[in-house]
Amino acid sequence: MFDILVENLTKRFGDFCAVDHISFTVGHGEIFGLLGPNGAGKSTLIRMMTTLIPPTDGTVRINGCDVVRDPDGVRRAIGVIPQALTSDLDLTAVENMRIFAKLYGITGAAARPVIDGLLEAVDLVPWRDKPLKIFSGGMRRRLEIARGLVHAPKIFFLDEPTTGLDPVSRTAVWEMLAKLRKERDLTILMTTHYMDEADKLCDRIAIVDHGKLVALDSPLKLKASVPGRNVIEVSFAAPPPGWSGVLQQLPEVAKVESVDHVYRIGSHNGPATTLAMMEAARDANTAILSLSVQSTTLDDVFVHFTGHQLRDALQAPTHERMVRPGR
Amino acid sequence: MIRVWAIIERDLRRYLRSPALVTMSVVMPLIQLVILGYAFGGKVRNVQLGVVDGDHGVEAAQLKEMFQAVAAGPRTFVAVPYAGEAEALRDLRDGRISAVLHIPPEFSRSVLAGAGPRVALIEDNIDQFSSATVQASLQAIVAAFNRERQPERGARLSGDVTLSVVELYPYVPYMQFLLPGMITLSIFTSAMIGGGIIYIDDKSRGLHEGYLVTPITKFELILGFNLSGVAKAVVSGTLILLIGLVVSGVPDPFNLLRLGRMFVLILVTAMALISLMFLLVVRMNDPLLPRMLFGVLNILLFYPSGALYPTNSFPPWMQVITVLNPFTYAVDGFKSLLLKNTGFAAVGMDILFLLGFAGIAMAAATKLFRRTL
Ligand SMILES: Nc1ncnc2c1ncn2[C@@H]1O[C@H](COP(=O)(O)OP(=O)(O)O)[C@@H](O)[C@H]1O
Ligand SMILES: [Mg+2]
Repeated sequence: MFDILVENLTKRFGDFCAVDHISFTVGHGEIFGLLGPNGAGKSTLIRMMTTLIPPTDGTVRINGCDVVRDPDGVRRAIGVIPQALTSDLDLTAVENMRIFAKLYGITGAAARPVIDGLLEAVDLVPWRDKPLKIFSGGMRRRLEIARGLVHAPKIFFLDEPTTGLDPVSRTAVWEMLAKLRKERDLTILMTTHYMDEADKLCDRIAIVDHGKLVALDSPLKLKASVPGRNVIEVSFAAPPPGWSGVLQQLPEVAKVESVDHVYRIGSHNGPATTLAMMEAARDANTAILSLSVQSTTLDDVFVHFTGHQLRDALQAPTHERMVRPGR
Repeated sequence: MIRVWAIIERDLRRYLRSPALVTMSVVMPLIQLVILGYAFGGKVRNVQLGVVDGDHGVEAAQLKEMFQAVAAGPRTFVAVPYAGEAEALRDLRDGRISAVLHIPPEFSRSVLAGAGPRVALIEDNIDQFSSATVQASLQAIVAAFNRERQPERGARLSGDVTLSVVELYPYVPYMQFLLPGMITLSIFTSAMIGGGIIYIDDKSRGLHEGYLVTPITKFELILGFNLSGVAKAVVSGTLILLIGLVVSGVPDPFNLLRLGRMFVLILVTAMALISLMFLLVVRMNDPLLPRMLFGVLNILLFYPSGALYPTNSFPPWMQVITVLNPFTYAVDGFKSLLLKNTGFAAVGMDILFLLGFAGIAMAAATKLFRRTL
């Protein structure tokens, strides 16, 4: 049995299709990532999986329970960390934890060891009686992770757990999640728009764009699916006509794409292709303005499958930000 | 100078692009104008005047006939006949009527004998606008009665009927008179902030998501939200009561029995106002909306409640608000308990209305509440 089973899941807001017939499964103990830009539909997906909004179509089964027919069964099996920070600033770490323990019917003597253990796991023991208003964003996020685990859920959902955190805090959150997964035998589903995060943390990644699932595999296999092991990004001052064709003929080249005078060359052997390209440029008398050679990243995977860059998509406007943040 | 323009332009552009703000800045004063315009200075009408006729003679009947003329004309008061004085006084104390006119036995004989009988007017003097109006109206009637009997004499003579006025309660300073309205207002403000604004703010900040992903039931959620709102409102109502008792100099301020009764009424009022608030915001998402609602409701509920000016001076459309308004019943109840020292019997109707209001509003809100985002 899969811990998470999503089949043809669809959500429409009026005419707008935020999630479009998405299917995937997540096995026990996996860390599964939903990677996509703002507005891709990640939060909407997570909200349907966690019983917050009803699906327009399709089914979700969490730990064997259907989200529509047995929402309480789902709720008992899951811990959820929403995108927005929702812990109370005026309350202390322990108070925040205790209130959530109560929501699951865990009180007093039963709650104490659970809360102490979790605060230890997220490295917040010295801060247990301090109000959250003095916490940094990273500490708050860690507390919320602990809070989401008070009832020892089997499956843990996190919506953009590190968005807005500084690099050091992000690394701390990653380590914590990896450790918690192992110690507590968790299945984790998280969303992110950071490629490095997905790459580092997730066993498998589903790339989502405009509500559609465009690719799904382990980070290694996803990267391998992009033609070439390296990506050469190069811009020329005045490329002669038919330049793309010339580049295509260089040794080890898998694929050439171009936007204006910038070319992206997928290569099975970056250094060899680069040397050959520089010679070709000299022969054609065109100056190279900039040049970079990189290993394939998930960004290249994203470009490969969607035709645009994740960092551009990140800047696309999203509506309704004001009224309902945390989307 | 150009920098000043930068600030001005930015502010004005933002102002013009938020239609809600522009609308409210026009609508609010208009509502205020209309409500306040009718809330003060209207003619007092339909004051309930209990009439006890201990005489049943011809002269007494003539006097009573003159009341009918008032009831048909300016309608300042409505005469309600009572068989006995005790019953009339009880209703007066319980607030069912506002004054009692007692025509003494032997009234007709005294009139005929020119013995100058006295007619007693016992008034609920808590609301001084109403009592002064009724008193003036009755003085005029008695004077007319005397003129009719001895039209040839101009000056008042020893044989004339006189009206002797008895005030039921010790003089109530205006500050004490205001106290019931202020207690209600503090409960309302707390309900509006604690129940309405914080509810929507929490919702839009995603706090409710945290509740909704747990196995909590719809009923538990609603109960939780509202009981905490009631608790906060009761605290502010009680605080204003205690401070107000001292500041306004109510005699025997910490009478435990009265405090206990007041507390029950504060609790019931808080329930009614929190339910009203919850019903209004249950489907709202925009944090700006409850803030605008606050301003409008404040005017719409407070002034027509009779906290400042008698409700029987309002135009009919405003009396509709008065009758449906939980504020009205809370203020009436607090006045009874606080200024007239009555028991629960006098505020039974108020408590019943507030409980019924809370029940209906809560049922409707529960129906509208969605246990999803
Ligand atoms: N309640 C809603 N009503 C209308 N549109 C919505 C609603 N919730 C989300 N959307 C839209 O659906 C799209 C996907 O949103 P979301 O799932 O929040 O994306 P992500 O989390 O990937 O940034 C966005 O365009 C968003 O504006
Ligand atoms: Mg999101």
